Amino acid sequence: MLSWVDTILQGALLGGLYALFAAGLSLIFGIMRLVNLAHGDLIVLAAFAILSAMTALGVGPVLAFLIAAPILFCIGYALQHFVLNRTLGRGVLPPLLVTFGLSIILQNALLEGFSADSRRLSAGTIETASLALLNDLAIGLMPLLTFASAVAVILALNLLFYRTAVGRAFRATSDDSEIAQLMGIDNRRIYSLAMGVAMVVVAIAALYLGIRANFDPTIGPARLLYAFEAVIIGGLGSFWGTLVGGIIIGLAQTIGAKINPEWQILAGHIAFFIVLVIHPRGLFPRAID
Amino acid sequence: MPLLATHNLDAYYGDFQALFGIETYLEEGETVAIIGANGAGKSTFLKSICGLLKVSNDCVVYAGHPIGGLRATSIVRQGIAMIPEGRRLFPSLTVEENLLIGRYGRNVAGPWTLETIFALFPILKERRSTPSTALSGGQQQMVAIGRALISNPRVLLCDEISLGLAPIVIRDIYQALQKIRETGTSVILVEQDIVRAMQTADRVYCFQEGRLSLSGKPNELTRERIQSAYFGT
Ligand SMILES: Nc1ncnc2c1ncn2[C@@H]1O[C@H](COP(=O)(O)OP(=O)(O)O)[C@@H](O)[C@H]1O
Ligand SMILES: [Mg+2]
Repeated sequence: MLSWVDTILQGALLGGLYALFAAGLSLIFGIMRLVNLAHGDLIVLAAFAILSAMTALGVGPVLAFLIAAPILFCIGYALQHFVLNRTLGRGVLPPLLVTFGLSIILQNALLEGFSADSRRLSAGTIETASLALLNDLAIGLMPLLTFASAVAVILALNLLFYRTAVGRAFRATSDDSEIAQLMGIDNRRIYSLAMGVAMVVVAIAALYLGIRANFDPTIGPARLLYAFEAVIIGGLGSFWGTLVGGIIIGLAQTIGAKINPEWQILAGHIAFFIVLVIHPRGLFPRAID
Repeated sequence: MPLLATHNLDAYYGDFQALFGIETYLEEGETVAIIGANGAGKSTFLKSICGLLKVSNDCVVYAGHPIGGLRATSIVRQGIAMIPEGRRLFPSLTVEENLLIGRYGRNVAGPWTLETIFALFPILKERRSTPSTALSGGQQQMVAIGRALISNPRVLLCDEISLGLAPIVIRDIYQALQKIRETGTSVILVEQDIVRAMQTADRVYCFQEGRLSLSGKPNELTRERIQSAYFGT
């Protein structure tokens, strides 16, 4: 009995990590209907950026993240401004192809720059610290922190979207980019800003990914898949939905793994499939597609 | 010198030419109506002015400067606001947010603020927090008007603001338009209802298949001339 409580707790907390992977993707997908196939590789890029800051400056992962985040914001802004904005308004295929190409370029560039060795962001004793809930039930501090950060990120994105003038412009552009221009909203600048914000979220995801597990230049596409599934389960345009989507995949994976360790990954995909069959538009769709 | 003028304005959708050499002008404080049958090019004309359709630079002159082909964001910043055909409110924004977004690109002092727009359309104040999709057609049109007004434009482009509304609602909308004109705003009014257009406007232009077929003051134009300019008979 207790072991099941433990499994479900672990699963939900793992969902926090997946929600972090997914939040940036959800933001971009929600505003410009762009499926960024390089999203997973951007997470890996951010992890290497944090790692580089750690080794170059001899600082811990959190400080390294704070240094890397503004740089990653600028990279995201520039990527959208110089590359992705050129692919918009020409149908769905060009952005897909360009981000697919970007994914391959990123993987190879990272292989070239950092080799295929797996790395980790070492955070010291906090990695293994845990909180005892009951005699036989403890939860790791890192998973808890990851989950809390996911909730904080979702909360912050909601505040940005629903409480600020820029957020209004994000939603207006997402609704009707032509009319948004009549309001003086430069949709290209909005897209670039959104990609910049998404890269900061990606950096947060990378921080936890790197502390929690090994990473190497090839693991991006799998992270993209989890993120994509979480966004779709949650429904287009809903950040809370994305969090729920992440939790569902996390739960399915840990429950699947408890039944049979080989089923972990498969169970997540099956959960995605089942939700999609029952709710083709996801659980909490907001935006009109 | 007129506030806004078009000179030999051509407009295209790809290879299809929708406007042919349109010559018009609008004086400061004036209201002109554009009439014409469906597909005559009225909306295309407004889109060419507000920057949604690319045209050559010197075809549109505003306050002495060519603005043809500039981006829509830059044109609204200079004081030309558009109420698009079919209202096109932002569905995921509330009524109040739809109004506020109108001054995103141009936030200047003038007669129009959230408060004065609520005074013009009191029902919107009551419904300020509802999603714009929950409103009736007439209320949605009020939001679309307020959204354009809040930027305190010098020129207001209205594309069929009475379309699909009940007569009593249309009367309210046109009463509001009268108050808007009294603040000195210049208006280009695209209207299918010829009688309504003649009553409201200082001057009228009639379009037919992308060409200007008639222009003049309402009292100078006879029924016959309008009919032939409208239908091409
Ligand atoms: N987006 C578009 N693409 C191609 N043709 C268009 C488009 N919009 C309008 N047209 C064509 O341009 C002509 C003028 O249309 P429009 O300006 O909308 O007329 P009106 O507003 O007077 O009813 C019509 O023949 C219409 O079919
Ligand atoms: Mg029209």
